[in-house]
Amino acid sequence: MTAADAPARRRIGRHRALSRGLTYLVATLMALFVLVPIYLITVSAVTPRENAFDYPRQLVPSSISFDTIIFFINASGVQDAFWRSVVVALITLVLALVIGAPAGYALARYAFRGREGYRLTVLSTRAFPIVILAIPLAVTYLRLGINDTVYGVALMHTALALPFTVLITSSVFASVPRELEEAAQTLGCTPLQAFRRVSLPLALPGLAAAAIFTWVISWNDVFAAVILTLRNPTLPAKILSALTQSPIYYQFAAGFVMLLPSIVVIFFIRRYLLGLWGRVVK
Amino acid sequence: MARRLGWAPYVLLVPSLVYLLLFFAAPMFQAFGLALQDPAGNYSLTSIERMLRDVNFSNALVTTLALVVLVLPLQLVLAMAMALVVNAKLKGSGLWLFVFAIPLGISELAAGIVWVSVFTQRGWLNSVLQNLGLIDRPIVWQSAESMWLLITLVVIAEAWRATSIIMIILVAGLQSIPPEFLEAAEVYGAGTWQKVRRVMLPMLRPALLVALVLRTILAFQVFATVIALAGSGLHVLAGEARLWATSIDNDNVAAAYAAVILVLSIVSTIAFLWLLPVREEQQI
Repeated sequence: MTAADAPARRRIGRHRALSRGLTYLVATLMALFVLVPIYLITVSAVTPRENAFDYPRQLVPSSISFDTIIFFINASGVQDAFWRSVVVALITLVLALVIGAPAGYALARYAFRGREGYRLTVLSTRAFPIVILAIPLAVTYLRLGINDTVYGVALMHTALALPFTVLITSSVFASVPRELEEAAQTLGCTPLQAFRRVSLPLALPGLAAAAIFTWVISWNDVFAAVILTLRNPTLPAKILSALTQSPIYYQFAAGFVMLLPSIVVIFFIRRYLLGLWGRVVK
Repeated sequence: MARRLGWAPYVLLVPSLVYLLLFFAAPMFQAFGLALQDPAGNYSLTSIERMLRDVNFSNALVTTLALVVLVLPLQLVLAMAMALVVNAKLKGSGLWLFVFAIPLGISELAAGIVWVSVFTQRGWLNSVLQNLGLIDRPIVWQSAESMWLLITLVVIAEAWRATSIIMIILVAGLQSIPPEFLEAAEVYGAGTWQKVRRVMLPMLRPALLVALVLRTILAFQVFATVIALAGSGLHVLAGEARLWATSIDNDNVAAAYAAVILVLSIVSTIAFLWLLPVREEQQI
C-alpha cells in the first residue's frame, strides 16, 4: 500500500460505514413494522373498558386494566373453546410425532429406493390447500359420527402438520452424527437401543421444537375448525363466529389472547426456525 | 448414506404414507367428486353451474386474485429486505431474526383483529392522524362501499402476517451461497447493490421459487383476515366455500369453490416453474 491509496481506502471505508448505517435503518424500520401493531393490540386489550371508545386513543395508556381480557375469558363458551383448542393441539402434536418422526428418521438415516419420490410427495403436500381437504372430510366425518368433535379436528390438523413434522424431524435426526449410533452398536447395543440411548437424547431439543411448531399449526387453524365444528368450536372458530355480534373490546382481547402464545412459542423455537422452514435448498 | 438396505425404512414410512393417503389423496378426489355431483348424489354439472351463477362468484374470484397479485410483490420486497438484514450479521442478528419471525406464529384471525385495532373508526390510525392535526374527524377506512380500500387493508394485514415465511426461506437460501462468490464479486469491484443483483438473486432462484409457490398457494386460501377486516364487504373464494358448507349447507357447491382454489394453485405452481426454471444442480 502506498500513500496514494489512502484516499481510496478512506472512500471505501466511508462507503462501508454508510451501507452499514443503511442496513441498521432498514432493520429498525422492518422491526417497527412487525412490533408496533403488536404493541397497539396490547394497549387496546389492556385499556379499561370504560375507555374503550375514547377518541383519539392515547399511544401511552394512562391506566392499565385487565377487565377487558377477564370479560373475554368469562364470555360464554370461551373457556370451553380454549380447552378444546388445547386438547386438539395436544392430540395433533402426539399423532404427528408418532406418525411423522419415524418417517423423518428413515429419510435422515437410510438410502433406499423411492427416497426422493417420498421426499417430493411430502414437500408438495406441505403446500396443499386446506380448503379442499376440510369440505370432503366434513362429509366423511358426518358418516363416521365424529363431526363436531375434537378428534375430527385433530385428525385434520395432523394431516396439515404431518409434512412439516416429517421434514423437521428428518433435519433434526440428520444433525445427530450417525457415527455415534454406530459406535454404540459396535459396543454391543441393538439398533433400537442405540437409537433410544444415543440418537434420541441428542435429538430431543429439536424434536421438542418440532412438537411446538405442530402445536402452533393446530392452534392457529381457523378454516378447518369452522368447517368441521358447529356446537363444539375451537377457540379461533368460536372467536370467528362471535366476531360480528361482539363489542370491539371483546375482539381486541380475543386477538391479544390468541397472539400471546404465538410470540412465546416463536421465542422458544427461534434457534430452529431456519431448519423448520428453510431446508429447501441443499 | 448407504447403510444396510432393507425393509426398515419402508416400515418407518408406511404410517405416514397411509395417513397422507387417507387425509390428503382421498379427500382431494372426494372433493372433485362432490363438485361434480348434485346434492342428491347424481353426477352432473349442476353444482358447478350453480357456483358460476352465484352472485358472489366472479366477485370472489376477482378479489382473491387481486389480493394475490397485490400482496406478493410487496411481500417479496419486504422479505428480501429482512433477509438481507439478517444475512448482514449486524449486532444481535439472532434478535433481528426472532423479531422478523414473530408473525410466523400469528394466526390469520389474530392478525386480522390486530389490524382492526388500527383501522377501526376510533382506532389507532385515525387517532394518530387526528393528534397530528392531519384530519379533523375520523375517516371510515373499513367502508363496505369501497372494495379497493378494503382490499388495501387486507393486503397490509397479510403483508404483516405472512412475510416471515418468505423471509425464513430466503435467509436459508442466502446462507447457502458460498462466501467466496461474494468475495470474488467484491474483488472485481462490485458494490452492495451489484452483489445483490448479480450474485445473490441468481443464486437465490430455487429459494425464491419455493417461497413464491408456497406463498401463492397460501394466499389463494385467504379467509379469516378478510372476515375480520372487511366482514361481508369483501368476498373471497375460501370465504364462499365456508358459507356454502355451513350456512347454506350445500357441500357440493362448497367443494366446487374448493376445487377452483386447487386448480388456481396448480396453475400458479406450473406458471412459477415455467417462469423461474431451476437448473438441475440447483434443485430442491
